[in-house]
Amino acid sequence: MADLDIKEKKDIFTEEFLINMGPQHPSTHGVLSLELKLDGEMVLECTPHIGYLHRSFEKLAENRTYTQFIPFTDRLDYVASMNNNLGYCMAVENLLKLDITDRAKYIRVIVAELNRIASHLIAIGTFAQDLGAFATPLFYCFREREKIVDIFNEICGNRLTYNYIRIGGVQSDLPKGIEEKIKNFIKYMRSKIDEYDWLLTYNVIFLARAKNIGLLRKDIAINYSVTGPNLRASGVKRDLRKDRPYLVYDKFEFNVPVGVNGDAWDRYKVRIEEMRQSLKIVEQALGSLPQGDPTVKTGRVHKPAAGEAYFRTENPRGELGFYIVSDGSAYPYRLKIRAPSFSNLAVLPELIKDAKIADIVCISGSLDILMGEIDR
Amino acid sequence: MFTLLNLTNMITTGIAVLGFIAISAMFLIWWERKVSAHIQTRLGPMRVGWHGILQSVADAIKLLLKEDIRPAGADKLVWWLAPFFVVVPSVMAFATIPFGKTLIPKDLNIGVLYILAVSSVCVLGVFMAGWGSNNKYSLLGGIRAAAQIISYEVPLILSMITVVMYANTLSMQKIVESQSHSWNILHPNLALAGLIYITSATAEVNRAPFDIPEAESELVAGFHTEYSGMKFAMFFIGEYTNLFIISAIATTLFFGGWKGPLLPGVIWFLIKTYSIIYILMWIRWTFPRLRVDQLMGFAWKFLTPISFLNLAIAGWLLL
Repeated sequence: MADLDIKEKKDIFTEEFLINMGPQHPSTHGVLSLELKLDGEMVLECTPHIGYLHRSFEKLAENRTYTQFIPFTDRLDYVASMNNNLGYCMAVENLLKLDITDRAKYIRVIVAELNRIASHLIAIGTFAQDLGAFATPLFYCFREREKIVDIFNEICGNRLTYNYIRIGGVQSDLPKGIEEKIKNFIKYMRSKIDEYDWLLTYNVIFLARAKNIGLLRKDIAINYSVTGPNLRASGVKRDLRKDRPYLVYDKFEFNVPVGVNGDAWDRYKVRIEEMRQSLKIVEQALGSLPQGDPTVKTGRVHKPAAGEAYFRTENPRGELGFYIVSDGSAYPYRLKIRAPSFSNLAVLPELIKDAKIADIVCISGSLDILMGEIDR
Repeated sequence: MFTLLNLTNMITTGIAVLGFIAISAMFLIWWERKVSAHIQTRLGPMRVGWHGILQSVADAIKLLLKEDIRPAGADKLVWWLAPFFVVVPSVMAFATIPFGKTLIPKDLNIGVLYILAVSSVCVLGVFMAGWGSNNKYSLLGGIRAAAQIISYEVPLILSMITVVMYANTLSMQKIVESQSHSWNILHPNLALAGLIYITSATAEVNRAPFDIPEAESELVAGFHTEYSGMKFAMFFIGEYTNLFIISAIATTLFFGGWKGPLLPGVIWFLIKTYSIIYILMWIRWTFPRLRVDQLMGFAWKFLTPISFLNLAIAGWLLL
């Protein structure tokens, strides 16, 4: 019998709907472009396109002295500049085999943790905004972030790109009276985090939108080398501050919050809890802050011996690693940055199974990616 | 009888209604900006006039002077007509809204039916705008709007029918009269209908948390993404006029309309209406947005059965 070519006949011709979300779109957080293939409201395929913010930092580093590159690190993850400064300076200090003072270590912990809170505030605010909460939580988060920015402004004179942590210590000692301000902020911030819980965390609509959306399984997260709050939300208890303590993190008592399901809500919740833990760390660090001059006197030009160093720190978005190869000159021979957001974005296409357009926005918002460090 | 006096009467009423709509829409836009600003620990417009009260006037002038851009490949006629389909029905709906004892453009004996019929036309304009813009985001917004407005029409109508059953009339003025002793919202059966009405009416005018059609973080601006200048202003005026209308209907059907002690009726009516609008604004600036399937599920699986049940109970009580 001849093959009968039976195909399903449809009365109406339908085809998929290709839509470019970004690089100019209210909720792609910078210049991310998502190529979405849609069937009505359902998303069939999602391909992220990056590169709109590429500034060739790694190549530029080869023509800068070690000190000159610090301001570039500010512009990687520009909402957590302190943490980037920290990671880079620690890598260079490793290369130089330089020891820094205890006071500098404590100051670094304080500013890094404060910046982690500031960064998580933006993550939470924009996530709520992506879910359609019309800027109200965003403004609340910015109100609190403003206090941190004011503290930083007093410490180092800048509000976004701090360039505060230097090779061998910090730019300058903490100004007088700042401890009191930070203590007041800790008290203020604690009450505000509780307020977020009332406004957002347990809101029925918020739960309906974020629970069980964008489930990131443990094994997938590990295979894609997802790090930071996104990994912890999937139930993997991994935090470099605990697992490989640098600076003086081993002296403080704090928990590593982990999620259960690895959905968007867990990623949000982990960030909320991390802010509480960071406050705890700052409080302890302020309590045991040693006195003295924080900065080790080093020359302006560093010439490390030929060799290589890799150092990773726990950034608000995950593991930030700097790999530096030195040939003995004043300029790095090669510098490679391992940006956490890059891996966190790479996992996005895995999370869109059965997602709708609104979920795409929710998932990408909950991953808290930042284009500055993806397109470094 | 069609006389000259009738004609002048009609014209003055028309001008009064149009004037009220323009002023009310501009006031509501300013007010919404102020309410949202204070909720978000901002000040909102402060520069134009006392606390920025003339901001809307300045915006209106700006929008009037702006270039009217038509996207290439837009369906000319549909694209051009869409804003009118949104504004005209909402103006028409004013015809049977009782502002006071005698202050009503026309007390039709089928008032409720008329308002329902007229306001249903709005969805056509929204869908036309989405279709005619030749923009994928607009199209998605238009489709969402059509689905949403049609779904929420069902519980909306059912909740209004409950009131009609109790009042035994379709005339808006007589429904107000029927609440002389106590507001409808104080009656348990009708209170439920009132809640259903407010919920579905919020969805009907695409306000948060039901603002799926224009979901900014998803669809940029939904169906009116491509509109600029006065055409955009028409959608804006239509939106705020609809907001006023649903609150005015809520006042009339559930909160005793213009009835109240001491103050004249029209003042009572406006106080009640603007209080409801304030609550709707409060909700808008507090809650996140529902997802499109959750929204449809809420209408069909929750609101509609409950309204039918409520209607059945009302029928059983009245028998």
